[in-house]
Amino acid sequence: MTPDNKPKNWFSALAHPGKFMRWSRYFIWPLIILTAISFAIGLWFALFNSPPDYQMGETVRIMYIHVPNAWLSQMVYSIMAISAIGSLVWRHPLADVAMKAAAPLGAAFTAMALFTGSLWGRPAWGTYWEWDGRMTSTLVLFLIYLGLIALWNTFSDQSKGARIIAVFTLVGAINIPIIKFSVDWWNGLHQPSIIKADGLSMPAELYTPLLIMTLAFTLLFFTLHLINMRTEVLRRRANSLERQHVIASSGGASTSLDVTNTDLDNKGGDND
Amino acid sequence: MRVFLIVRIFMIVIGRDLQLAIKNGGTTVTLLIFYLSIGVIMPIAIGPDKEMLAGLAPAIIWVGALLSTLLGLDRLFVSDHEDGTLLSLHHANISMASIALAKIIAHWLITALPLILITPLLAIMLFMEMPVFLATMSALLLGTPALTALGAIGAAVAVTLKRGGVVAPILILPLAIPVLIFGVSAANNFAANMVSSSATLFLAALSLLTIAFSPFAISLALKAAQE
Repeated sequence: MTPDNKPKNWFSALAHPGKFMRWSRYFIWPLIILTAISFAIGLWFALFNSPPDYQMGETVRIMYIHVPNAWLSQMVYSIMAISAIGSLVWRHPLADVAMKAAAPLGAAFTAMALFTGSLWGRPAWGTYWEWDGRMTSTLVLFLIYLGLIALWNTFSDQSKGARIIAVFTLVGAINIPIIKFSVDWWNGLHQPSIIKADGLSMPAELYTPLLIMTLAFTLLFFTLHLINMRTEVLRRRANSLERQHVIASSGGASTSLDVTNTDLDNKGGDND
Repeated sequence: MRVFLIVRIFMIVIGRDLQLAIKNGGTTVTLLIFYLSIGVIMPIAIGPDKEMLAGLAPAIIWVGALLSTLLGLDRLFVSDHEDGTLLSLHHANISMASIALAKIIAHWLITALPLILITPLLAIMLFMEMPVFLATMSALLLGTPALTALGAIGAAVAVTLKRGGVVAPILILPLAIPVLIFGVSAANNFAANMVSSSATLFLAALSLLTIAFSPFAISLALKAAQE
């Protein structure tokens, strides 16, 4: 496993599980407060301080929830794919933890994007669902998230499972560019990208709340992801302590037991 | 000389899998029965409307091929993992990716080829016209390698799992959707215009891409499983 008794650079120092537990706790409350503030500003803009659309009327406000969730559904998968590379190449336990902690969040954001999209689709397009390229590929993304969560649940050995799951995460990443370019490849109901080479094809009054809400949701993700990661590290520590207890109480049988996957514990000292 | 050795091991792996499949040929027969059952239950569920069945036939056949492929996945690597064959191949002086490619080819010959050969029976049950039938057959020949290659990734990921037989199809189904889309539209387009359409090219591209890249993903997953 990763012999990082003496971290070589600042990154591996920060990513060391024990050190991670130490520095990350100081980020939780600031992140929660920042998230709350940006949601307060964003919602005020989205609900009260922005005009209704000249075509869609008040239903345009669904966009301020829908677009950030759709953006996150792809960003979370990208973070998972990057963690998967970290997990495969450097075999870093914290990359495994980041990958695992992101999966349920990504599934939740994708579900929200699909749900708000269908609520918005009813008044805007006259249908809850259409098999248009972007909707289909987002639904596929949702199914991939669910498959990954199911895969995590089936592995009893989490550190061995992590590398196998990382392989599948990277295979599934092929879907991300498909979602991104689906609106350009197939002429469905979704409008093409609003960010073009010659600037934004959207008035600033609508764009400001959208930007703030996107920031708020992204902060929400980082908050929840950090909390999830810390919970996962603690859970693995508890598991390995339990294992050590069993080994200790069963006597000299410990030599035959594989304890290499307990590399999250006792490395950076305790943080409590 | 080394190239000859690799080719020889490659052929041995394929030959071994084929021999095993012939000796206990239960799996292939079960898959064929399952595939035919789909051809039987769909007309019962939809109703014996000739035109509607003929219109839906390419889609029904593709769904049948996809489900049968998923059904055949669970033993692809599991038996080799259990009896230690994978471990000895892992330590052999040949890359795991080429072993994986050999396994994919063997698995396609054991599962997908018999399905394609038995498709004329389904065509009769579903009242397919001759052009549609020929188009579907060629689409199946082009597209099933992609299904097998993707399925092999799922089987490799799930190889150490006790409940792997259930997880692999769940993982692979979303990835197989493009194959399904282009497979059905290739069959329908070809039948309508008698020329190969962009869907046919996409289908061929999907097969080539998945066959080129899946051995590496499979070897990563199998190596992780052996540790």
